Amino acid sequence: MPGAKLTLVKNDSPSAQHSLLVDIESAYAVARFLRDDPQLRLDYCSNVTGVDFLDAELSEKVKVKKVVDGVEKEVEEVRKTKRAGYLEVVYHLYSMSLKHGPVILRQRTPGRADPVKVMSLTPLWRSAEFQEREVFDLYGVLFDGHPDLRRILMWDGFKDYPMRKDYQEPDDYEYEPTPHDDVCDKAKAHYPAQEAKA
Amino acid sequence: MDEGLRSELQKQGVFTVTLQELHNWSRSNSVWPLGFGLACCAIEMMAASMARYDLARFGAEVFRPSPRQADLMIVAGTVTKKMAPQVVRLYNQMPEPKYVIAMGACAISGGPFKQGYNVLKGIDRYIPVDVHIPGCPPRPEALIHAFMTLQRKIDAQKVFGPDRAHHFDASKPSEFPIPLYGEHDLVPTKNPNVWEPAVVVR
Repeated sequence: MPGAKLTLVKNDSPSAQHSLLVDIESAYAVARFLRDDPQLRLDYCSNVTGVDFLDAELSEKVKVKKVVDGVEKEVEEVRKTKRAGYLEVVYHLYSMSLKHGPVILRQRTPGRADPVKVMSLTPLWRSAEFQEREVFDLYGVLFDGHPDLRRILMWDGFKDYPMRKDYQEPDDYEYEPTPHDDVCDKAKAHYPAQEAKA
Repeated sequence: MDEGLRSELQKQGVFTVTLQELHNWSRSNSVWPLGFGLACCAIEMMAASMARYDLARFGAEVFRPSPRQADLMIVAGTVTKKMAPQVVRLYNQMPEPKYVIAMGACAISGGPFKQGYNVLKGIDRYIPVDVHIPGCPPRPEALIHAFMTLQRKIDAQKVFGPDRAHHFDASKPSEFPIPLYGEHDLVPTKNPNVWEPAVVVR
């Protein structure tokens, strides 16, 4: 696969479901190889989903040698790095004929601002069609090469992407008989109007 | 009419009744529901209409496939914002007199999906609801209880006079505006003529 940039994303949890991060340009070719290679034959795409990563500040502890009071010491320092947010589309692939899997394939967009584009794998696996539409509907990821990219759950005139982490829901907390936690905070904005009525 | 005279006449085989009683008695014992369900509550609704719970005892077993022939709308299940305009449209297509039972936590308030982005927080925001049943889902007994509550409500309705039932009053609306799909939510988010947020005393 010339020019394909593949990264193995480790999963340290007990499930140990490692995944394969593939760059958008060669995603289609890599996916076709995974499907057609006689040793892999990943002929079944069981699941497509989206993940939203916000802009984040990562902090890691680094041991640095420093001269303190004339003596060289090893001091722990917290180093902070900023990471721009991105969206990911995750595919779970199985092989029905060879009975193995899953192989988890990820495509990562460069940023979160529109337009965010990845390669559609619907031409390879028909089962991805509706699920890619769902990812488009709820996360706003555009799929290059998708035959019918329309909203599937929300209506056509809907403008938001509700599964994104910065989604602002409509303020309809005017009647909350038993509010708690963040619902309570949102309902409190309506209290003055209620007190005026009472 | 004097109760003593009425019972004396009954002993002779003469039954007297007012027009209102006759009207309400016939109406309340032939409430034909509209056959539509939105989620798992519809399964309980079907169970209530089957032999074990036997809704036919209340004259309500005739689930009609057309809103033109139905008297009662059982909103059985989650009303999503995408489905809400269609539910209101079905209600508008029903002839008067018509009644609504909101069945289950979702239909009365949004239920477990209340904090979601896609579920309407109660169908009573757009159409007038006669009986609310809580439960997730309510058992068939609860639906039967709702039917009996509705029957009592129909029996108490007036045919004449200033406080007559709304279907005898031409000035009262029988159709309600259908909400439109907006860019972020339904427009309008509620019908203030039907529903106002209740004042919660804290």
